[in-house]
Amino acid sequence: MSHNPVQSFHPRVHEAIHNPQIRANFRKAMDGLMDKRLAAFPSDDDLQKMRDLAASIRLRALAKLPELLEKLEANLTAQGIQVHWAENGDQACKIILEICQRHNAKSVIKGKSMVSEEMELNHYLAEHGIDALESDLGEYIVQLADETPSHIIMPAIHKNTDQISDLMHEKTGTNKSRDVEYLTAEARQQLRERFEKADVGVSGVNFAVAETGTLCLVENEGNGRLTTTVPPVHIAVTGIEKVVENLEDVAPLLSLLTRSATGQHITTYFNMISSPRKEGELDGPDEVHLVLVDSGRSNIYQDDELLDTLRCIRCGACMNHCPVYTRIGGHAYGYTYPGPIGKILMPHMVGLEDAKDLPSASTLCGACGEVCPVRIPIPKLLVRLREESVAGDKQHDNSMVRGRGSKRNTTETLIWKGWAKMHKHGGLYRIGTGAATVFKGLMPNKIGAWTNCRTAPKLAASTLHEQVKARQLAQAKVQKEQQKSEGEA
Amino acid sequence: MSSIKLYPPKPEKVYFYGTCLVDMFYPEAGMAGIQLLEREGIEVIFPQDQTCCGQPAYTSGYHDQAREVAAAQLKLFPQDYPIVLPSGSCAGMMREHYPELFAGQPEAALAENVASRIYELTEFLLHVCHMQIEDKGEPIKVAMHTSCSARREMGLGEVGPALLKKMGNVEVVEQARIKECCGFGGAFSVRHPEISEAMVNDKVKAITDTGAQQLVSGDCGCLMNIMGANEFQAQQGLVQEVKGEHIASFLWRRSNES
Repeated sequence: MSHNPVQSFHPRVHEAIHNPQIRANFRKAMDGLMDKRLAAFPSDDDLQKMRDLAASIRLRALAKLPELLEKLEANLTAQGIQVHWAENGDQACKIILEICQRHNAKSVIKGKSMVSEEMELNHYLAEHGIDALESDLGEYIVQLADETPSHIIMPAIHKNTDQISDLMHEKTGTNKSRDVEYLTAEARQQLRERFEKADVGVSGVNFAVAETGTLCLVENEGNGRLTTTVPPVHIAVTGIEKVVENLEDVAPLLSLLTRSATGQHITTYFNMISSPRKEGELDGPDEVHLVLVDSGRSNIYQDDELLDTLRCIRCGACMNHCPVYTRIGGHAYGYTYPGPIGKILMPHMVGLEDAKDLPSASTLCGACGEVCPVRIPIPKLLVRLREESVAGDKQHDNSMVRGRGSKRNTTETLIWKGWAKMHKHGGLYRIGTGAATVFKGLMPNKIGAWTNCRTAPKLAASTLHEQVKARQLAQAKVQKEQQKSEGEA
Repeated sequence: MSSIKLYPPKPEKVYFYGTCLVDMFYPEAGMAGIQLLEREGIEVIFPQDQTCCGQPAYTSGYHDQAREVAAAQLKLFPQDYPIVLPSGSCAGMMREHYPELFAGQPEAALAENVASRIYELTEFLLHVCHMQIEDKGEPIKVAMHTSCSARREMGLGEVGPALLKKMGNVEVVEQARIKECCGFGGAFSVRHPEISEAMVNDKVKAITDTGAQQLVSGDCGCLMNIMGANEFQAQQGLVQEVKGEHIASFLWRRSNES
């Protein structure tokens, strides 16, 4: 896997933030998505109850994760679906390649799957002579442009209609047009041909139901259904955390997923896959496989606090509402999962050494946590990962987080130790060198960044401590004089 | 916040925790807060050994240091009086994060106790004091920015506007995307200056677009950020200069004018 982005975070941010097209595309799209979500939940009371229920479903599933995974495997196997386990993306790629090779597959059609993005499956298959084509419209556009998704549910949201028209014209010879219907129809036409001749279909999974051995797939375009039914072999790939206990757990999660993501009450297609084609059935693949990928997830699972990361149902609401994501777009993050969920997930996948700038790239405004349908305390987890970056809490010295302490440096540590010394003694604080020194001491050469777009903060002539003291003294003096004059009288 | 907080009757005494930013940059807001409380008939105790709630170290990940400093603050409130802060951000730190920070530590019970007595100033004035206020100022158009901590962590999004509504000569105007963060975020503003700049510039534009003559906020971090950017742009003639003030200063000034 080559997760390492080519550039570090700040240059990517610089590029994105000064690209008016990116700024406009994301602002417009995110404003629209926020409005749609809001309209999908007319009653805040109901929304909060739904979130409580969804969070409890995910918590219960995670509490029983090992047991549910075993149950899922047993039920799927009994129904004829072959289950594979992959420790990481490389292993998952190999498993999928082997299945493809066994069937002499040359052409793969893909439904949308962020886990396959995570493991860079398309590149891997291409290196081995297998052509994988994305069939989700957004993913298709991104693939044409040789890019990666900039949003987990709307992969091409960084492009507007003109850009898509130009791209399709250049790569597939369609006419330039602003008519979305026309462009969609053209893409559909090209994809149809590929569906018919694909040897293998690869899809993701939204919910894997342990009780019944059912793989649920949420989609709007019908491409997911074609991917999972037309080719003779279907390979589903997903993370180990996607399991839920019962069939009845699915409805509340699905309802929250679609409303939170796009404001839809339900998607156009909802697929439930529980076996290959049975005898006498007309449609469906001869073989169905499920590849369950770990890639750091079981590591997250070991930590009682970070475990909450795994509740995620990938709706993307956190990025839609994130003021940082809205400004820089998805690519600037440099990793498969952008936005708030990416900031708390990627450090576990690639290690904090690599993802070192992600946890700090947040104002902790809490907009993400407020909309998360499964109540992941994202700001709290960001603070935890900041602590992990600098190994700032002795209580966590035995944590499993990859790259713990990799951002710790002597200068900064000394500054904070000095800060603590000064601030834990009221006397020292008061007689200390004064506010200016404290402020500058904390951020040595960075006041320049502050004043790039702001005037410098102005220190008061005297502190609140001094003003309160002075007022008390003045009041005491008045009192004393009063007493004195009363005594004399 | 989904839970409904029950407020106690107005007490005789409170502790006032000024916060380090008010202490150094906006002491007049602290004095105004104290005087507003005193006008409500409350005796205000200002522990002179107070320094900082520990939030800068906490959000930067230096939890050992945050705990050291926070532990010193825990000792400042021996009597069972409410603790009032002119900042949603610092109040959020003490109410929401102290219990986590001290979980499993010897100070855990004390941290829970202190957390349960924490009130943000405007919250206290509105919900505990039921403050009535006479606006003696000239008619004015005001925009309010509620910090993300006050709005989302403390659940106080409606409190500031409710207080401003009591002011007869104040017209409250609402800026676009009023709930969006101003881009301060403490160290974020210097660690990620370009993102912070993009956010604060958008915020300044939203506020100046309303034609407001003045901005008030219950948090000095946001105020320093937004007003700093507004002043910077106004100096170049790009936007209208807006007067910025902590809501406590604003309320005190306009109700105390003769």
